[in-house]
Amino acid sequence: VTAAARAGLYSDTIRERWRQPRYRGELPGATAQAEDVNPLCGDRVRLMLSLRDGAVDAVRFTGDSCAICTASADVTAELAEGRPVAEAARLTTEDVLAVLQADIRPTRMRCVTLPVSVLQKALAP
Amino acid sequence: MTLDEKTRGDFPILDRIVNGHRLVYLDSAASSQRPRTVIEAMSQYYATSHANVHRSIHTLGEEATALYEAARDRVQRFIGATSREEVVFTRGTTDGLNLVADALGRTLRPGDEILLTDMEHHSNIIPWQMAARDRGVVIRSVPVTAAGQLDLAAFERLLGPRTRVLALAHVSNVLGTINPVAALSAQARRVGAVTVVDGAQAAPHLPLDIAALGCDFYVFSSHKMLGPTGIGILWGRRAALEALEPTRGGGEMIKEVWIDRARWNDLPWRFEPGTPPIAEAVGLHAAIEYLEKLGMEHVAEHERALARQTVEVLRAIPGVTVYGPPADVDRGAVVSFSVEGLHPHDVAALLDQEGVAVRAGHHCAQPLMRCLGLTGTARASFSVYTSPEDVSILAHALAALRTQL
Repeated sequence: VTAAARAGLYSDTIRERWRQPRYRGELPGATAQAEDVNPLCGDRVRLMLSLRDGAVDAVRFTGDSCAICTASADVTAELAEGRPVAEAARLTTEDVLAVLQADIRPTRMRCVTLPVSVLQKALAP
Repeated sequence: MTLDEKTRGDFPILDRIVNGHRLVYLDSAASSQRPRTVIEAMSQYYATSHANVHRSIHTLGEEATALYEAARDRVQRFIGATSREEVVFTRGTTDGLNLVADALGRTLRPGDEILLTDMEHHSNIIPWQMAARDRGVVIRSVPVTAAGQLDLAAFERLLGPRTRVLALAHVSNVLGTINPVAALSAQARRVGAVTVVDGAQAAPHLPLDIAALGCDFYVFSSHKMLGPTGIGILWGRRAALEALEPTRGGGEMIKEVWIDRARWNDLPWRFEPGTPPIAEAVGLHAAIEYLEKLGMEHVAEHERALARQTVEVLRAIPGVTVYGPPADVDRGAVVSFSVEGLHPHDVAALLDQEGVAVRAGHHCAQPLMRCLGLTGTARASFSVYTSPEDVSILAHALAALRTQL
């Protein structure tokens, strides 16, 4: 049994990031942004980034989403911030799942992938 | 004996243990469960009588045809249709609405109007958008009041000489509101508009008398009324069906075919191209038999009581908001609610850990969600086997929910 399976659907990381997201908010002067919805549930995530000297200087997210999607957005923002743009653009769902450490069932996987795909959209050349 | 006590043993799936708890299935509005008689009728059909229908000149073909057509007769009686020709088998409510919208759409002209309501399921919105597209047809919509009912004053204003179609739900799949279909279709008729009713959330729960409703088309699904998936019913007033050109072609829907033209078959087969869902018709027949044995009046009464109980107990839980008509107004077998500080999908996932199955999200009614200012709701919905205890278990689990995330 993996740690993720033991943690269940709502791992401590997900609970904590849902209650107190670190990267939620507006980012005035953002130089890249993207937004998308999850057609299954109508959840919406918007990522705002400020890019400077080829690196992701700051990231914030807004939106209306469930605990899993909110936690994923928060972790996605954290993983992207401070990285070279090219590297941030290569972040994957697996990178986020490694931080969330939760047993995400197939029906909820879209909640995790939405913020990652929004990041990719924001950084697309 | 209550209806759930009488029926519970007939539904094998209700014995399932989910996440260590007895299954409490409160998602019957999405799809109901099936009694053993339905499951057995279908496997019996496959084991003994299956062949293609209508043109198979052999014993099995005759048996299959007889069973398929007997299902149609049963549906006719169940909904109070004047004749069997008015009962068309489809693949489900969505399919039926698409069929009607597609066919009616071809008769529309620039400036014509289609009147919808803000509480429609996407299935009763998108087909009309498709019908209106590229034809200069205008879509209008009746707003919903704060009490979760259609704004009838606005309806009167919106209905006019350009209105060609009124399409509305009999019962809202989110709010449970029972719309006054008879009164609205009478008004629509006066301006020469055709009324199309989405009966998906009504047919499984209320006694139906199609003739008294006064609409032109009425569409519903088998799988929400204890029958199998893959089959639905489109009822059309004979003259209204006769006036429609079929939009889907194939075998069975024709009388004579030349390489460049054809003559259509009689009703109802004109609208049933290809091999129909035969085993599903057999299953639907068994489902109707089951419902009629219980009596639709009793079914409606049982579910009304459950809805009342649910509204009452959920309203008493701090942080829970219940949507839909006021408590003293009858509603269908659904109750939508939200829990303060929790997303509906998290509510559903946490309830699932207690073995409680509810629906969550926009319920394919995004325009309505926008009116309510919500992304989604959680929804408990009922059927004949739902018990007052199921509702208590839901309430108990909900009360403990806010501390869990």
